[in-house]
Formats: sequence, C-alpha cells, structure tokens
Amino acid sequence: MADATTGPDQFTGPTPDNAIREADRAGRTEPMVAADGTPLKRSLNRALRRQKLRALALISPLLIFILVTFVAPIADMLFRSVENQIVSETLPRTVVALEDWDGTGVPDEEVFRALAADLVVAEELKNHTRLGSRLNYEMTGMSSLMRQTGRDVDEIGEVLTDQFVELDPAWEEPATWVSLMARDGWVEDQAEWVAAAEEAEAAQDAAATPEERRALAFDEPEPTFRVSDAAQEAFPRTARIYGQFADITQTEDEDSPTEEEPWNIVYQALYEDLSAGTAQGYDGPEADLVARSEAAVSDFDAPSVRSFFVDEIDEDWADPEVWGTIQAFSSPYTAGYFLSAVDLKLTPDGIEAQDADQSIYILLFERTMFMSLTIMFSCILLGYPIAFLLSNLPMRTSNLLLILVLLPFWTSLLVRTSAWKVLLQQQGVINDILVWIGLVSDTNRLALINNQTGTIIAMTHILLPFMILPLYSVMKTIPPSYVRAAKSLGATNWTAFWRVYFPQSVPGIGAGCILVFILSIGYYITPELVGGTTGTFISNRIAYHISSSLNWGLAAALGTILLVLVLALYYLYDRIVGIDNVSLG
Amino acid sequence: MELPPYATLGQKIWHYAFLVICGLIFFFLIAPILTIIPLSFNAQNFFTFTPGMLAFEADAYSLRHYRDFFTNPNWQQALSNSVRIAPVATLISVALGTLAAVGLSQSHVPFRRAIMAILISPMIVPLIISAAGMYFFYSRLGLQGTYIGVVLAHAALGIPFVIITVTATLVGFDRSLTRASANLGAGPMRTFFKVQMPLILPGVISGGLFAFITSFDEVVVVLFVGSAGQKTLPWQMFIGLREQISPTILAVATILVVISIALLTVVELLRRRSERLRGMSPG
Repeated sequence: MADATTGPDQFTGPTPDNAIREADRAGRTEPMVAADGTPLKRSLNRALRRQKLRALALISPLLIFILVTFVAPIADMLFRSVENQIVSETLPRTVVALEDWDGTGVPDEEVFRALAADLVVAEELKNHTRLGSRLNYEMTGMSSLMRQTGRDVDEIGEVLTDQFVELDPAWEEPATWVSLMARDGWVEDQAEWVAAAEEAEAAQDAAATPEERRALAFDEPEPTFRVSDAAQEAFPRTARIYGQFADITQTEDEDSPTEEEPWNIVYQALYEDLSAGTAQGYDGPEADLVARSEAAVSDFDAPSVRSFFVDEIDEDWADPEVWGTIQAFSSPYTAGYFLSAVDLKLTPDGIEAQDADQSIYILLFERTMFMSLTIMFSCILLGYPIAFLLSNLPMRTSNLLLILVLLPFWTSLLVRTSAWKVLLQQQGVINDILVWIGLVSDTNRLALINNQTGTIIAMTHILLPFMILPLYSVMKTIPPSYVRAAKSLGATNWTAFWRVYFPQSVPGIGAGCILVFILSIGYYITPELVGGTTGTFISNRIAYHISSSLNWGLAAALGTILLVLVLALYYLYDRIVGIDNVSLG
Repeated sequence: MELPPYATLGQKIWHYAFLVICGLIFFFLIAPILTIIPLSFNAQNFFTFTPGMLAFEADAYSLRHYRDFFTNPNWQQALSNSVRIAPVATLISVALGTLAAVGLSQSHVPFRRAIMAILISPMIVPLIISAAGMYFFYSRLGLQGTYIGVVLAHAALGIPFVIITVTATLVGFDRSLTRASANLGAGPMRTFFKVQMPLILPGVISGGLFAFITSFDEVVVVLFVGSAGQKTLPWQMFIGLREQISPTILAVATILVVISIALLTVVELLRRRSERLRGMSPG
C-alpha cells in the first residue's frame, strides 16, 4: 500500500525531513536561519512535528472507533477465557474456610457453617443456580446439587432461632437487631425518614387533584443500613451476615430491616459468635440481652450443620470430589476453560485427561485442521490450472474469463451455500443427473450433504477465488522468456514447466494457501449449513457454547486458541507476502 | 497458449485436455450460481428441475417465489432491516476510513505499521471470533440486540476494506496538487474537498461498495450481536436454510446475484476511471 512509494526516502519533494538531512550534510558552522529568524533546524523540526500530529489527528477517530468496537471485544473474550470470579464471589466464606482443607475426607463443621451462610445469601440473590451451572461444566451433578441445597438451606439454624426466642422474645423483634447492629445515627436517620414519608403521605391524602398528588409523591429511599464497628468487632460473623441481610432486604426486596425478622442463619451465626466468646465485655446497645444470651448458649441444643447438609439435604456433600471441585475453582482466574478446550480437566489431584466420552475438542481441532488442509489442496489443484491459463492468455480473453472467477467471489456467501445445499441434496440436481446417466441407482443416491464431503465441496468452491487471484497475480509477472530459454536448451515441455516455471510460481501458491487456510479454519456459516454433524468445524462448537450451552468461558477459550492460530498464520503470511499486498480483485 | 504448428500429437492431446480441464473448473465455479436462477422460477415447491421445466413448458415456470418474497412480512422485514443497517454502517466506515487513510498516507506517521495492523484486524480475525467477542462485550454495554450495536459492529467490519482501497488510491495521488491549492490560498478543508476528494473519489466509492457488501452479506456477527428485531436478509436466509428450506430463498438468491453483478460492473468501471484519472496527473 502506501509504504512503498511514500516512505520518507523515496519522497523527492522538499520535505522537512530531507531538508534537515541536507542541512546536516552541508556541515555549515553557522546555523542557517529561516525567514522569520529562528534557526532553520528548529523551524523544520517544528514543521515535522506538526505534520506528525496532523497525521495522528486524522487517524485517531478511526483508531479509537476500532479500539472500542473491535479490539475491546476481542480483549474481553480473552479475559473471559480465564475469568472465574463466580465461585469466589458467591461462596466467599467457604473459599476462605476451604483453604486449610487437605483434600481428603469431608471438611469440618467450620467449612459447612461458612457454606450455609454463603448459600443462604446466594439463594436470596438467586445466584446459586448460576454457580451450579458453572460448576456443572467441571463436574456433572453440581447443578442439581446446588438447586436442591438452595431449596433447603434456609432451614439451617431454625432450631437455634427457636431457642433464642424462647430465651428472650426480644430476639424475635427486628428492632432489637437493628439497635444491636446499626451504625451510630442510623436509627435516628431512619426515624426521620419514616416521619418524612408519613408527612408526605398525609400531604398526598390532602391533595385535591391527581397531578398534585403525583408531585407530592415521596420517592426517597430509606437510608442505607450500615453495621456498626462495635458490632463487627463483637459479633464478626453475625455482623457480616446481618449486613448482607439488611442490604438484600433494602435493595432486592425494597423493604426495611426494621420490619423484617432476620434469616435463621443469622441466629446460627449469633450462636457461633457467642460460643466463640468474642462478645465478652460487649457494652454497646442491648448489652444486657447479649450478656444473658451468652451465658445461656452453652446449654443450647445446636445441631451440626455438617450433618444437616449430609443427612438432610444431599449425601453428595460428603463426597470429597464435590469439595475438591469447589476448591479447585475457587481462585478468581482459572486455566480450567483452556484445559477443557484441549480435553483435560482440573481435578483436586491436578490435571487429568477428560473422560473419553467427553473428550471431543482435540478431535474437533484435528478435524478442522484436516478439512482445512483438504480444502486448501483442492483449491491448489483446481486453482493452479485456471491461474496458469489466465496468465498465459491474451489480456482481452483473460479479463473476460476473470469475470467467471470474480462473479462467485462477489456473490453473497449465503447464495453460494444455498446453491450447494440445493445441488447436493439426495433429491437434488447432482444426484438426479447421476441417476439419469446411470452412474448410481435411484435407490442408493449419494449422501453428498450433511457430512464432510458436503463441507469440502462447498468450501472449495467458496474459497477457490482466494487461491486463483494471488496465484494469477504472481504468474502474470513470470516472464515467458525463461520457459522459452529452457526449451531452446533442450528441455522437454514437462521439464521446462517443472524446473523453470513452477518454482517461480511457488510464492503465489504460498500466498494462496495461507489465505485459504486461514479463511477456512475460522469458517462458520457453510459448515453449519451443509456440514451436518461430521462436517462441522471448531467455530460451530464455539457458536454452540455461546448460544446453546451458555458455557461462555469455554467458548472464549476455544476462540482464543483459534485466534492465536490464525494470528500466527497471519504473521507467516506477512513475512512471506506482506499484508500490504492484500488485493481485492 | 497457442499451439505451435510443429506440435506433436501428444502435445496436441495434452493441450486440448488441459483446455477441457480448465473448462470443467470454470463450470464448477459458475454452474452452481447459474443453476439456482432457473430453479427459482420453479412452479413447484421442489429444489430440482421438474420434468415440465426440462420440457420448457410455460406453466412449469412461475414467479410465485418472487411474489412470496415481496409479500411475505418476514422477508420484507428482513429486507427493510438490511436496508436500514448496511447504508449507515457503510457511511460510518467510509467517513472514518477515508479520514484515516488520508492521515496514513502522509509522509511521516509514527507507528504506521502498528496502526495499520490494528485497523486491518477486523478483516483478519475469523468472523466467529469477532462475533463472540462483540457478543460478550456489547452485552456488557447493553448494545447487544440493538440496532446501534449491529451498525457499529458492521462498520468495524467494513473499515479494513475502505482503508485498503483508499490508501491504494492515495498512492498515486500527486501531492503537489494540494500544495498548489494551498499556495493559491485554499484552506485545508477546501483543498481536501475541492482538490483531493474528486481525485480519490473512485477509490472511496469502491471502498464504500466493499463495506456495503460486507454489511449487506454479513450473517455471523448479526446472528450474535443482533436480536430478532435486527433480522437481516442473510439472517433470514440462514434460518430458512437451516430450518424449513423454502424455494423463496432461491428467488432471493437470484435477486442478490443480479445485485452483485451490478456492483461488480460498477467497481470495474470505477477502477478504470481511477486509472484514467491517475494517468492525468504526473507521478
């Protein structure tokens, strides 16, 4: 493109660059001055800088546009292929508690308590099913386990709730909890807000017209609940889960913590905190109630959370593999998707081969490679004679014939694919002709579509112009005198072609091959429509994971592998042919 | 390619065999496209030539599939979506692309290779990957399933074609013309629109045509980035081919073939005109 002819050294006019060089070369001792008195060198430098800035100013709108609309999406895909925040975000406590688990046996009570708290929150936010589907990619059965657990997990701590309420009915009162937990001033702020809301309501009731009523509507949200530092220190677990409870009550349910009784799991956490003794010497609000409860908890009947999970909810929770999977995928970034993309899996014991019935990706990559190579060779086989013919015919004839190559090139891809779909069917034109000629009998017509044959035929047709055009442009530049010279020195037609002509056409073959290969390994539409199940490419699998199985991480990992492959090939193409030589018909 | 008079029999046989082979390959290239044209006039709902068609009976042919295309609301919706998306995407590609191509053809551009690689990248990256990335990213921005999202995606895909054709045209552009214009007192805007633009216009138009075809013919990205409301003509064809294949597709295909022949002619004429224009200016 522009490089070859407008590079600074070819430019013959007086550019600032050349002028500087000339000034240097002249080796004057006195600085030359421009018309306005500044030294020539500086003035030229300024002009050069201005020119550069102007060029960049012209390019930058497009550059920004491409970066936002195209490069950022690609980067996002790369990011998604390793991103795995869902486990650590949904199960923050469990992930921390699991750090010390050695991977054998069932984790201890502490881990199950953390899991219970995490899952109650996740269930309220309806996140547990998403987590289940994520972990299901790694271990089948996780999705139903999570759904099952989500149904029952709110019962944990129910026994303790009853005991706390029995000890003192104040524990049932939302107000007790608010005064125990809320930051300084929240209770007052909230009371003010309630007063304001009531006032607005009264004013609304008094309003005459609906318009006025609407104007008086009170839509300020309740002041955001914050847990006090004192409560956080004295009841770390309770404060954390209650904070989440208050947050969900306010944002998801649009309700007030002053009206809602906390979840059972909050009482469970309170029991844990009081038993742990962190609340000793607590002197904040409700200190008396806390002190009394603390004295009583040692006599409470506290069922094991672990046995509730294992015995009541699902015995799979006693399966170390479940825990191993959670532990293995607890880090916010994972190589798991990439491992799946090459038929490996991350297990608690390290990286292992995927089960035989699920390992399809290596096969799919191999098939994509094999079919792309087949298509590439068919294109050489069909493209070489055509390019040879075109480059050896007189200009007028070859331009006419070139139209036959360019017309398919310009025709809509879907038109060509539909043509092949129609032609290759069992009741299609090609089979009809074959039957009519008598090559095949009417009863066993050839299966030409929905298999590899169909994909290879259709894609060879679609990509053939991409082979012919670069070949033709190289062959046009081969001087006929070399072949003539070879023949006059006694070479046969074959020797002259093979030893003299062919080697000169190799760059064209190389360019065409890489182009066809790159285009074919990323093809989606044609294999999807004529490939059936055996003639599909890796790209079809990517599309499947995006739109049907919703395993976006795996789709992104497969896409990343394909992208790296294509970019590597393009680098090769650039080294051999130069991207600047891409020509469009 | 002419056979010398002294050619041996073997050489003659080989020569004609070669021509036959080439003829067959040309047939392979062109026949599928030509076959669907008569099939689209089929009076039956078949995808093959009925005995009546082979006997050239008038009532074996009909325009019913074309009628279907022009009356079926699904196809009309798809057509109108295509017509609403492609020109806008083309306009964005051409406006930004031409500007950048002018910038890139200046003699001192820092990081030219890197910038060029980024600008050409939408053409290099396989469509399925672009589509996947855009689907992920545009859903974050809330652009997935919107008209704007599809237009932006198509504009990005069309840009490399504009950049390539316009920079190629600018290679032959004689810079002394702009200097002369500036010397005669024209501002940069006036110089661009009155002097440079008319000369590079053929390149700009053919780049625009490429961008238009790219958007008009694009199906992978619109399948992911668009939603049912942005169903374009290729999308409708894709669904038709995958689910219930109806002969209306062949009618649409024939119309598209006619359009591409027209576009091919325009591009070829523009190329010749551009060469003539370049011939005028020395250098």
